[in-house]
Amino acid sequence: MSKITIPLGPQHPALKEPASFKITLNGEEIYSMDMRLGYNHRGIEKACEERTYIQGLYLIERICGICSHSHSTAYIQALEELAGLQVPKRGLYIRTLIAELERIHSHLLWLGVAAHEVGFDTLLMYAWRDRELVMDHLAEIGGNRVNYAVNTLGGVRRDLTPAEIAHILKDVDTLEERTKYYAQVATEESTLIARLSKIGYLSKTDAELLGAVGPTARACSVDRDIRRDDPYAAYGDVQFKVCVDDHCDVYGRVLVRVGELMESYSIIRQLLKNLPDGPIAVKAPRRIPAGEAISRYEAPRGEDCHYVKANGTDKPERVKIRAPTLANWRAVRKMIEGNYLADAPIIIAAIDPCFSCTDRAIELVRPAGAATLTWGALRQHGIDWYRKQGLDFADLNKKLATQLGRVK
Amino acid sequence: MALFNIFIFPGILFLVVAGLWFEFVDRRMYARMQHRQGPPWFQPLADFIKLIAKETIIPENANRRLFVSMPVVALTATISAFFYIPLWSTHALYSFQGDSIVVMYLLTLPTLTFFLAGWYSTSLYSTIGAVRSLTQFFAYEIPLFMAVLAPAMLANDWSLAGIATYFTAHPLLALLNVPALGVALVTLLGKLERVPFDIPEAETEVVAGAFTEYTGRHLALFRLAIDIEVIVAGSLLVAMFLPFGLALPAWLGFLVYLLKITFVVAVIAILRSIMARLRIEQMVNFCWKILAPVALAQLLLNLVVKGFLHS
Amino acid sequence: MLGEVLAHLCAKPNTIKYPFEPAVVEAGLRGKIKFVAEKCIGCKICVKDCPADAITITKIGDKRFECVFDLDKCIYCAQCVDSCPKKALSVTNEFELAQLDKHKLRFVFHAPDAPPTPPAPAAQPEPPVAKTA
Repeated sequence: MSKITIPLGPQHPALKEPASFKITLNGEEIYSMDMRLGYNHRGIEKACEERTYIQGLYLIERICGICSHSHSTAYIQALEELAGLQVPKRGLYIRTLIAELERIHSHLLWLGVAAHEVGFDTLLMYAWRDRELVMDHLAEIGGNRVNYAVNTLGGVRRDLTPAEIAHILKDVDTLEERTKYYAQVATEESTLIARLSKIGYLSKTDAELLGAVGPTARACSVDRDIRRDDPYAAYGDVQFKVCVDDHCDVYGRVLVRVGELMESYSIIRQLLKNLPDGPIAVKAPRRIPAGEAISRYEAPRGEDCHYVKANGTDKPERVKIRAPTLANWRAVRKMIEGNYLADAPIIIAAIDPCFSCTDRAIELVRPAGAATLTWGALRQHGIDWYRKQGLDFADLNKKLATQLGRVK
Repeated sequence: MALFNIFIFPGILFLVVAGLWFEFVDRRMYARMQHRQGPPWFQPLADFIKLIAKETIIPENANRRLFVSMPVVALTATISAFFYIPLWSTHALYSFQGDSIVVMYLLTLPTLTFFLAGWYSTSLYSTIGAVRSLTQFFAYEIPLFMAVLAPAMLANDWSLAGIATYFTAHPLLALLNVPALGVALVTLLGKLERVPFDIPEAETEVVAGAFTEYTGRHLALFRLAIDIEVIVAGSLLVAMFLPFGLALPAWLGFLVYLLKITFVVAVIAILRSIMARLRIEQMVNFCWKILAPVALAQLLLNLVVKGFLHS
Repeated sequence: MLGEVLAHLCAKPNTIKYPFEPAVVEAGLRGKIKFVAEKCIGCKICVKDCPADAITITKIGDKRFECVFDLDKCIYCAQCVDSCPKKALSVTNEFELAQLDKHKLRFVFHAPDAPPTPPAPAAQPEPPVAKTA
């Protein structure tokens, strides 16, 4: 069989977000891979410059649908450093609590996705069912299932009640029980192990050279975790172990994430046990003095970096975001070569990619004959094109309006 | 009467109803095992009607005639196979010496149509799916044949009705075929392309495999053919390996038959809920290294037993 | 795994038939915003802080303010509730806000002694919406 190139994406059932992978196959074996990102570029960094710090916070949170708290905390830490704000202890503890709840929800989500990629839908359903427990708590404490918006300049926005604390502790016990079961499934289910082990191999040297971060790196025995190496929020006050594994393959990445889940439960218990009293936030100014700051944060997917440059107004001059997935892309290319096509989706999924976090730039490829249209011209072009096909949306709108009894 | 038998009962209409019903049973059980609600009973029918009503798109580069005819061939082959299988008595609608082989061959036709359909769709995903279909076909077909023919060997009869008659007369001998039943059930998963052997249509890898380019009523026919294949292949296994209750009155025998099919469908649903999809080379290894030797051992065992019985 | 799936086969499903059964939401969920016109002093901090330009506060008389919410623009962050110095805004956990008709997404809170107007679904004359650069 000669070499064939098959496209994986931009739209593909294995990908939850658009990205294009061109995989060159030698039979069923992957010869090389080429990727193109940028389908999700939303211009968030530029948009931040045109919003006040408070408004930008909610925008930053929407960088990622899973690790929203990670981005917002990384951003706000940089701002607080610039403004010289001392966040009260209780505020920091709540921030950390949300961060760990988010890690649990992210890792359980990943476990489900990974199981789905190898066709094990039952594990997907179970993992996502249990994730709902965490989602409910996030909605209760934060106010939303995904964009919790707990952070505010100088602290957090919502406090914890004793009833909520008791409820969280109870559910953490349930989740711990379930996670032990998943760990058992991961070590005993023979078809699952057959699909996960010995694929996507990345040696420790390669992981360090290619700058892999997070669980991807830790599964290659790279002992690196910002929570321990550069403690932020309340991580200095809690005891936890950094999960490292030496399998260097996808199976190792599963073990690291399951291990981190167990650590998260322990961190949550410590936080709630030692939760200090006092205020949850300090009053923050609207303007932030000129200066620049960089903030690091261990998101569920790895190290997240935010750089903020302030100029003394109520809007930042420059915001730069380096999401963890971006650091892992080059490692994926290394991991995927020499594997089977069947393993491509799970190898890509094994870094827990988040394309919309990553897409910071787009490249315009202009073929011959291409033209630049304004928004209005493009709209008109669309209307004309459909009219040529015999579809007139103006008519349809009128019809709909008549039916709804609101003729203009 | 023959026309009634072919078109209404136990022919095409019965098969369609049973196929859709057991698709529901399968989906509902699968959902419940995953702690979900699952679809309502009319969902397979609703899906079918919806697909029939949808626009049909045929790829420009595809071989139009083959593309359109493949679903029909698949459907016809599975339905024709059904007429030779004894269901709730020792008699099949039609029967002749060697019909067991014919039924097996008719049941391989759908897989070949999947291959041709995928290959002539000319899309990349379809092509890969088609090639995988064929690779997998070579892996499971030999163990399946050996397993299914083991009872025939024991009964010394090559018609399905004859085999059923023989085992009704000697019910204990049917227990001898249990390993072959196991092999047949596992290979059936490969034939029906279900987890862990749904490699040809693995959605996270090759979208829908050979069916990627299929839409509208052609896809509906393919899906119906697969639903019916479940019933037909299930009936074949049941007739070969579980020939119990065939002497009962017709209505009771019919209930027993439905129970047996439910058993086969339940086994398929349970197996696919507790396993991950294998890779194609793992699947081929498994079929040749484990299933084929087991099936071969069964054949040898049956030969020896047959020698004793007839000496 | 086998025992687990067989046990679930007989258990009650964990999911609910949502539109037919009511969904239970958390008390703390941030849903639709409520506006109490009597408390509003017209400082418009909420308008300034809103990340989505979803609020418009209009002065309709002496110390009487009317508030227009664009539910399709709102991102339900409830920053306006935090920003309001007089607690005129509050958050509810009402979340079923989807509409087939776009006009129904514009929600108007009238000032108390304003003349009676038809309920919100009726088409309101479009008030000028502040445009951002």
